[in-house]
Amino acid sequence: MASGVKPRVKVPKTAATGDTITIKTLISHKMESGQRKDDDGNVIPRSIINRFTADFNGQNVIDVTLEPAISTNPYFQFEAVVPESGEFTFTWYDDDGDVYETSKKIEAS
Amino acid sequence: MNLKPWIAVLVAGVAGAASAQDSNTLSIDGEPMVTEVAAPAHVENLDTIYSGWRFRSAETQALETDDFDNPAFVFVDQGIDLFDKVDGTENKACSSCHENVEDFAGLRTQLPRVQDGELVTMENLINDCRTERMGAEPWKWSKGPMTAMTALIGLQSRGMPMNVTIDGEAAPFWEQGKELYYTRVGQLDMSCSNCHEDNYGVMIRADHLSQGQINGFPTYRLKNAKLNSIHGRFKGCMKNIRATPFAEGGDEFKALELYLASRGEGLSVETPSVRN
Amino acid sequence: MKLTRRNLLILSSASAAATAMGSLPAFASLTDDAIAELTGGAELGEGAITLTAPEIAENGNTVPIEVSAPGAVAITLFADGNPVPNVATFNFGPLSASRSASTRIRLATTQNVVAIAKMEDGSFQKASANVKVTIGGCGG
Repeated sequence: MASGVKPRVKVPKTAATGDTITIKTLISHKMESGQRKDDDGNVIPRSIINRFTADFNGQNVIDVTLEPAISTNPYFQFEAVVPESGEFTFTWYDDDGDVYETSKKIEAS
Repeated sequence: MNLKPWIAVLVAGVAGAASAQDSNTLSIDGEPMVTEVAAPAHVENLDTIYSGWRFRSAETQALETDDFDNPAFVFVDQGIDLFDKVDGTENKACSSCHENVEDFAGLRTQLPRVQDGELVTMENLINDCRTERMGAEPWKWSKGPMTAMTALIGLQSRGMPMNVTIDGEAAPFWEQGKELYYTRVGQLDMSCSNCHEDNYGVMIRADHLSQGQINGFPTYRLKNAKLNSIHGRFKGCMKNIRATPFAEGGDEFKALELYLASRGEGLSVETPSVRN
Repeated sequence: MKLTRRNLLILSSASAAATAMGSLPAFASLTDDAIAELTGGAELGEGAITLTAPEIAENGNTVPIEVSAPGAVAITLFADGNPVPNVATFNFGPLSASRSASTRIRLATTQNVVAIAKMEDGSFQKASANVKVTIGGCGG
């Protein structure tokens, strides 16, 4: 699943210092559950994103453990406090060892 | 026409939910869409036409109101990458000739149309570019690259009213499409009209039948979590009535696409929509 | 009892019924077991956690779920009718604002979605919601 995986994140560009903001994230991934069978009746092996983290300037916002019951193209929405200007980093961990990362800067005033 | 019971139910259902949207009014990222309009004169058996969005549950409807929440935009993003990707012997990308994808605004509303005596869809136009100008392999009609590209190009017309030409050179194709729409086929001996004209708004098992409008295609379906082409959807319908589907990209489906597009005249292009 | 064909039939159907009934709580307890493992058998409070889920899901493939528990350090989601009950765990870090999160989940059938919040004081909170998963017509 290393090819074609595309993360999308939505973070406001600015916020008042100490304010709460809403973050949305979506990543393209099949999230193969390991429960399905192919046309020949063989189980299709599980291949999912098993962990997602969001951090801001090195401090954690949320750390999610994903199971196969999370839908295709995993979507998360959550809230973060912005104590200062800086950068959010988002990381998705694939069963196959791949790691997908993206980041967004935010200006606090 | 009287307010159909299902509309009343939808209104009641959403009144309780804390949502800025009501189930009758669709706006996408603040841009209003026409989901209900008087039927065009040539549609003899309907007074009003409705977008398929109107037949969906509040949760499914909500997915289309925000481009971030709409999972189809994962594929639009892929389309943006493909638009700039060099492919084929001529060493060209789409963007080598078409600098701005925004220039395709309005195209979705006019397709399919007749060109050099042939009825062409957006898929035909894309593949003509690929084979004639880029020296690249044509894309498969309903596969990922093609639906990503038709979504990206269709998106440029979002909010514009569907407006295909059905007279002049297009007339014989339109007549063929209309004929197909009303012809019963398959083991269940059903025509398109039996469900989508005679029984829209009625439950088919736990689901609301829509009018079968195509103004939102390609559409992201929760069922298969991917973009679905117009012809792919036709194929699904034909299988459901136990008929042998026509070929995707064939003359029958292209004619049917023209006829259906004309039945949606005045509805906003919603590409890429979200359905169940 | 004399072993006649009729008695044998009665016996076998009775035991089949007993097995079937016996298997129901065992099946449901997959989730209970998972919750017990998470909480160490601690008592589950209610009221400080909110779980928002549709009453009827149009398609079980993509069901929007929202959980919120002010003061929680983690919230774990279970779906008691899925082959594997665990769905996800949200661990809230120091910069998490409201202890809430939304996601989209898969539900194999009509079932209960259960959310367990671990609070800052080490206690646990529980909320559950029944979601009816419909079988679509041509759409589903």
